[in-house]
Amino acid sequence: MPNSSPDVVVVGAGIVGAACAYYMARDGLQVSLLEAGFAGGGTTAVGMGHIAVMDESAAQFALTAYSRRLWAELAGQFGSQWENDTCGTLWVAADEEELAHVPAKAAVYREHGVTVNELSAAEVAEAEPELRSGLAGGLQIPDDRVIYPPAATRWLVEQAVDAGVDLREGCTVRRLASGENGVVTDQGTLTTAHVVNASGARAAHLTPQLPIEPRKGHLVITDRYPGFCRHQLVEMGYLNSAHTLTAESVAFNVQPRRTRQLLIGSSRELVGWDRNINHRIVGAMLRRAQEFMPRLADLYALRVWVGFRPAVADHLPLIGRWPLEEGLWIAAGHEGLGITMALATGRLLSDQIAGRTSEIDPLPYDPSRILS
Amino acid sequence: MTETLEAGTVIVGAGPAGIAAACGLGEAGEDVLIVDEGPRSGGQIWRHRPGSGPPKAAQAWLARLSATQVRVRHNLTVVDARPDGTLLGESEAGPVEIRGSRVILATGARELFLPFPGWTLPGVIGVGAAQALVKSGAELRNLEVVLAGSGPLLLPVASLLASQGARVGLIGEQAPLGEVLGFGAGLWRAPGKILEAMRYRSRSLGARYQTGVWAVAAHGDDRVREVVLTDGRRTWTRRCDLLCCSYGLVPNVELARWLGCEIDNGRVVTDEVQQTNQAGFFCVGETTGIGGAELSLVEGEIAAAHISGLAEALPPLEKRRALWRRFSKSLEKAFRPRRELAERVQPETTICRCEDVTCENLDPEWCIRQAKLYTRLGMGPCQGRVCGPAVHYLYGWASDSVRPPLKPCRLATLSER
Amino acid sequence: MPVVTICINGTDREVEEGISVAAALVNADVWQFRTAVGGEPRAPICAMGICFECRVTIDGRPHRRSCMESCRQGMEVVTGD
Repeated sequence: MPNSSPDVVVVGAGIVGAACAYYMARDGLQVSLLEAGFAGGGTTAVGMGHIAVMDESAAQFALTAYSRRLWAELAGQFGSQWENDTCGTLWVAADEEELAHVPAKAAVYREHGVTVNELSAAEVAEAEPELRSGLAGGLQIPDDRVIYPPAATRWLVEQAVDAGVDLREGCTVRRLASGENGVVTDQGTLTTAHVVNASGARAAHLTPQLPIEPRKGHLVITDRYPGFCRHQLVEMGYLNSAHTLTAESVAFNVQPRRTRQLLIGSSRELVGWDRNINHRIVGAMLRRAQEFMPRLADLYALRVWVGFRPAVADHLPLIGRWPLEEGLWIAAGHEGLGITMALATGRLLSDQIAGRTSEIDPLPYDPSRILS
Repeated sequence: MTETLEAGTVIVGAGPAGIAAACGLGEAGEDVLIVDEGPRSGGQIWRHRPGSGPPKAAQAWLARLSATQVRVRHNLTVVDARPDGTLLGESEAGPVEIRGSRVILATGARELFLPFPGWTLPGVIGVGAAQALVKSGAELRNLEVVLAGSGPLLLPVASLLASQGARVGLIGEQAPLGEVLGFGAGLWRAPGKILEAMRYRSRSLGARYQTGVWAVAAHGDDRVREVVLTDGRRTWTRRCDLLCCSYGLVPNVELARWLGCEIDNGRVVTDEVQQTNQAGFFCVGETTGIGGAELSLVEGEIAAAHISGLAEALPPLEKRRALWRRFSKSLEKAFRPRRELAERVQPETTICRCEDVTCENLDPEWCIRQAKLYTRLGMGPCQGRVCGPAVHYLYGWASDSVRPPLKPCRLATLSER
Repeated sequence: MPVVTICINGTDREVEEGISVAAALVNADVWQFRTAVGGEPRAPICAMGICFECRVTIDGRPHRRSCMESCRQGMEVVTGD
C-alpha cells in the first residue's frame, strides 16, 4: 500500500530528482518520487550526457568537480546501456586570443587537482584529425566523460526503488505544499515534512517565484562514423554563448557517442516553450560546427530535436531550502549541466535534509540568494 | 547553394497515384512538378528493369505523362518541411527547396515486417522486396525460394521469380483458407482481379499455394539456409536460399504527419476530393490506405479533377473509388496478420534491426517513448519504419511522432541559410 | 544491354548498366552487405530504400543505400561495414 505520508516527496524523476531519491533512500528516509511522465523522459532525455568539470565560476567548478568524482565512483556499476565513455573534453582555441586564456584556465583546474593537458596546435591536430587546420591549440580534460542519461536515470531510480522508494510515474502534481496542505496530485494527496521540487525546466509552474526559464536548444545526431571524433569537442567561445542570457547563440560542440554516432550542438534561445524546430538556428549551428570540422558536411543526419534547459540568471543551480515556504526544498535550475551536477545535487540536498555537513560549501547554490 | 524548384502543384512520389494526378493536371494545363526519391518513375508496383519497358499497366499512363508538360525530378528525397509549406529536398548535388501553391502527397507504402527468430539472416526479404530486387536487375536463377507471407502479392511475385529461373518451392499464405476463399468470392465486384488471380495460379509455377501456413523461424549461418513452417498443427522444415516473408503494406505517412495532417489508424485522412486537413495539401494512393494500383490511380485522378475544376469528371471517378475502397476493405480483413505471428518472437529475437534491440530488452508495459529512450529502438537510420509497425503489432505501441530529417540526409543539406 | 565494370570488394565485375548496386551484389553472390551493431551479417530486407540494411560504401562514401543507387562505370563498392 503506497505510503501517503512519506518523510520526503521528490517531484520530478529526471536525473536530478532520481539522484535525490537515491541518496535520501540511502539515508534511510521514506521517499515518494513523483513523475508526470516516466523517469528520465524530460530534459534528461534530450541533452548531451556530457559530464564535465567547468570553470565559469569557482562555485560551478566546485560542484562539477565534486559531481564528476561521484560519477567516477559509480563507474563500476555502469552497465553497457549507460554508454559510458571517458573520452575527455577538448576545449578548442580557434585563435591566439582564445589560446591566451588557456594557461590561466589550466592553472585553475590543476590547483583543484583536476588533470588537464595544454595542447599546441600540432597536438590538437593529432588528437583530432578532422578538425580544420589553423586552430591555435586547446585544453584537454581527459577524465571528463559521456553517458547516456536515460539509462543512468533508470539505474538510479531502480536502485532507489530497491531501497524502498515509492516511485509513481504518470502522476501529475497539481500543488506543492508541505505539512497538512500536502502535495496534491491527480492520484491523491501526500503529506510530508519535506518536499523537493526537482521538476527541472517546469519547476516554476509549481513554485511560482522560482527564476527558472526554459532555454531552448537544438541537437542533431548522425549515423555511425567510427574514428571521426575522439573527444567531446567544445570551442572556447562556447563560454560566451552560454553566458548570454538574452540573445540567441550557437557554438561548436560535438560529441562522439559510444555508438560512434556524433551528437552535434549547441544552440541557445529564450523563446518560451516553443517546441518547433528553428531551421535557421539549426543551419547556423551546423555551419558553425563545419567551420571547425569541415567534413561533417557529408555525414548523414538521422534526427534533429529540441530541448529546454532550466536556466537561472547567475548560471548556478538552486539547491537547498526555499525560504518562502516551510518544508519546501529546491533541486533545479541546472541549465546545461544537469547530467554533470545531478549526483552532487542529490548529495548536497540529502546532506541538508539529514543535517550533515557537505563535502563542498553549499552556500553558493542556496536558493535564498535569488531573493536578496 | 540551394537549388529552388517551383510549381503550381508539387507531387511527392512518382508511383501510380502521383502519375495519375500529374496526367490529369498536366492535361488540364496546370503547372506540375513531380519529385521522386528513386531513379525512375513507377513507384514500387510499376518498377521495371533499366533495359526493359515498364509493365503493361503502366505504359499508357507513362505515355500520357510524357505527352504533358509535367516536369519530373528523380533522385530527390524530401527530408523536411518549413512552417510556410516549403519542402526541403536532397539531391545528389545538394539541398533543393521545393515550392508549390499546392502539394499532393503520393508517398506510397512499405512492407510490413513482423519479427521472428532468424528474420535478420541475409536472404530473408519481403515479398515486394523480391519483386523490387528482380526488377532492379537481380538474377535469382536457381535459388530455392520459399514465400511465406500474406496477401495477393504472393502469387505475382512467385510467378515473377519462377520466370527468372528461381525454384519456388512453396507459397505460404498465413490467412486461413476461409478468409482467402471469402476474399476470392468477393472479387466478382472487381472482375479484372479474378482474371489476374487465375493467371497467377497457373500450374506452370510448379509451386504449392497453401493457406493457413506461416514461417516460425529461419535458420542459417551467414545467410538463410532453411525455414521452419507450420500450419498450426504440424511443423516442418524446408531448405531455402531466399525466404520472402512480409505481411502486406503500411502507408508511408511520415511526411504527412510532419506537415500536421491528420493521421488515423496509420493512414492519412482525406475528404471526398483527397484533401487533407492542411490547407493546400492533398494525399492520394496507398498513403491514404492500402488498396492497390487501381485505387491509387483513381484517387490521383480525383485530386486532379478537383484541382483543375473539372467537377463533372468526379462522379464516375467517385464510383470507381468506392468500388476499389470496398476491395481495399476486404483485402484488409482477409489478410490481416494472425495472432500466432506475434507468438513466434523469442527473448533473443531482434526487434529493432538498426540498433540490435531484442525482445528481452523491451518491457511491454512501457510506452513507445520509453522504449525508444531506454533501448534506442527506432533511433537508427530507418527511423522506425521497420520496427515501428512491428512493435505496434506486438505491443500496441503506436508511432505518433516524427522528427526531421524525414530520411537521413547530409548535414550540408540542413546547413543552408 | 550496355555493360559496365564495377569493383566489388576489390574484384572487378561486369554488370548491366543501370541495375541497382544491391542487385549487382546479389548477382555476385555477395549476401553480407553490412555488419549489425552486434556483429552479424546483414542484407536488405525491403529493397526499396526503407530498411537501410543494404548500406555499403560506394566510391569511398559510407552508408549509401545500395538498393537506391544504379551501377555506373568504375564504381567502387565495399561491403561489410
